[in-house]
Amino acid sequence: MSNLTAEETFVRLDNVTLEYQHEGQAVRAVEDVSLTVRRGEFVVVAGPSGCGKTTLLKVLAGLVVPGNGSASVGNVQVRGPQKNVGMAFQNPILLPWRKVMDNVLLPLEVVAPHKGRFRRHRSEYVAQARELLASVGLEGFDDRHPWQISGGQQQRASLCRALIHNPEILLLDEPFGALDAFTREELWQVLQALWMQRRFTVLLVTHDLREAVFLADTVYVMSTRPGRIVSRTAVDVPRPRTLEDTFSAQFTETYHEIRRQIGEVLGR
Amino acid sequence: MKRTSLLTEWLPPLVVIVSAFAIWEAGVALLRVPEFILPGPSAVWVALVKWREAIWFNASQTLYTTLVGFAMALAGGMGLGLAIGYSTLVYRALYPLLVAFNSVPKAAIVPVLVIWFGIGTVPAILTAFLISFFPIVVNVATGLATMEPELQDVLRSLGASKREIFMKVGIPRSLPYFFASLKVSVTLAFVGAVISETVAANKGIGYLMIAASSRFEVPLVFAGLIVVAAMGVALFAFFAVIEHRLTGWAYRGPALTV
Ligand SMILES: Nc1ncnc2c1ncn2[C@@H]1O[C@H](COP(=O)(O)OP(=O)(O)OP(=O)(O)O)[C@@H](O)[C@H]1O
Ligand SMILES: [Mg+2]
Repeated sequence: MSNLTAEETFVRLDNVTLEYQHEGQAVRAVEDVSLTVRRGEFVVVAGPSGCGKTTLLKVLAGLVVPGNGSASVGNVQVRGPQKNVGMAFQNPILLPWRKVMDNVLLPLEVVAPHKGRFRRHRSEYVAQARELLASVGLEGFDDRHPWQISGGQQQRASLCRALIHNPEILLLDEPFGALDAFTREELWQVLQALWMQRRFTVLLVTHDLREAVFLADTVYVMSTRPGRIVSRTAVDVPRPRTLEDTFSAQFTETYHEIRRQIGEVLGR
Repeated sequence: MKRTSLLTEWLPPLVVIVSAFAIWEAGVALLRVPEFILPGPSAVWVALVKWREAIWFNASQTLYTTLVGFAMALAGGMGLGLAIGYSTLVYRALYPLLVAFNSVPKAAIVPVLVIWFGIGTVPAILTAFLISFFPIVVNVATGLATMEPELQDVLRSLGASKREIFMKVGIPRSLPYFFASLKVSVTLAFVGAVISETVAANKGIGYLMIAASSRFEVPLVFAGLIVVAAMGVALFAFFAVIEHRLTGWAYRGPALTV
């Protein structure tokens, strides 16, 4: 991982500092965060609650603008939302008046070039969406409304929505937070398979360190608020990783290393 | 299951209504209230049957003015509500005027309308329009104003334009508010039409009641009152059903599946 060259860098954050205004007071959410992500890299950001992980993803999505520093994607500075990004928010936020299928299809109605083709090629896109829904275990839920499926199912639908338009960058904010351990581990494998197949660039936020090690090429650990990057760990476990691998010596070693870093951040 | 729920739903109001009529009838009979002060339900019924053609003719006139005025309010209210919700500039520019306008009692406008349009159908339609317009505007604008920022973020993160966010989130989000305003608004339109007819018309159920009262046809006045009440309830119920049918998602109920 030390042979990083400038061309390989796809996403970069340079000394990003962001403050929210809350009742006239500035709340510093992240401070002086710099990181680089290669094209096709799977990056996981871990850190204690409230340390600014969501904020970091929002900066990359162009939803909030940093007060200091800058974010860039493919050497272009992020100044606002971009079309090559897929984001799954911490809460699923499905549109309640749309059924699951129409929620998943939403990005295609907005993002070029699908936007112009959507009406004419709808059945094609519906087939793609079906396939995606099936891969996360949601077949047969197409025409339910969001409130008619469970929280975990909503989260999976939201993941499909983030993926449907084949974005180059996938921003996932605790995408498996509302799932049971079994479904979660199953979806790790689904996501890994999709990623190995399509090779999009991923930034995933999580509290779950096993998840981090299982999925990541690189794990960044953030400090408590205001969030700073305190460590960067490369995970060299070969791919595709299986659940068996989570018991391997290499896996547990990396896991304990990151666990220790988090412990330091929290001061224990 | 279905039967019991229907029964439990309809039985209490039915009992109340029937008992109210029974008490009314008994009270009038026992206290020997003269018919020109308060006729009993049976006398009102007789008047209803006797004057059914006049009642039918005038009621349909009122329904007509109500619905035309209401249709105008629908189009105008939806349009203005969306404009206000879309643009903060339009909102700031128009809101004070709208509030001022709404606080004028609409009955006070009828004489002005009579000066401009004479006695007849037009003032009734315009009164219905003016009185029912405001709730629609306010509701639609509220629906847009209370749109969750998270919902917008979903669209924004995809690079959607303001117009796209408006079309895909704003409008669907405000529809339940719009439909909720219809039942209130149509009732107001009806009130407006009847008020205008009592002052400035030669047709309509309001006119019929004023005419009957000036001839001391008190049972007919009450028959008119009953018809007015029934029409108001019917209009309200009609739009309540439409609301439920079209925006079932907002109630999280099974409404959409029926
Ligand atoms: N809109 C806002 N206004 C004011 N303060 C905010 C706002 N959004 C977030 N914050 C604050 O900024 C800090 C970082 O928030 P952020 O949502 O990025 O945390 P997080 O790391 O994602 O936390 P969690 O793991 O609990 O989701 C928090 O302390 C939060 O209270
Ligand atoms: Mg968060």
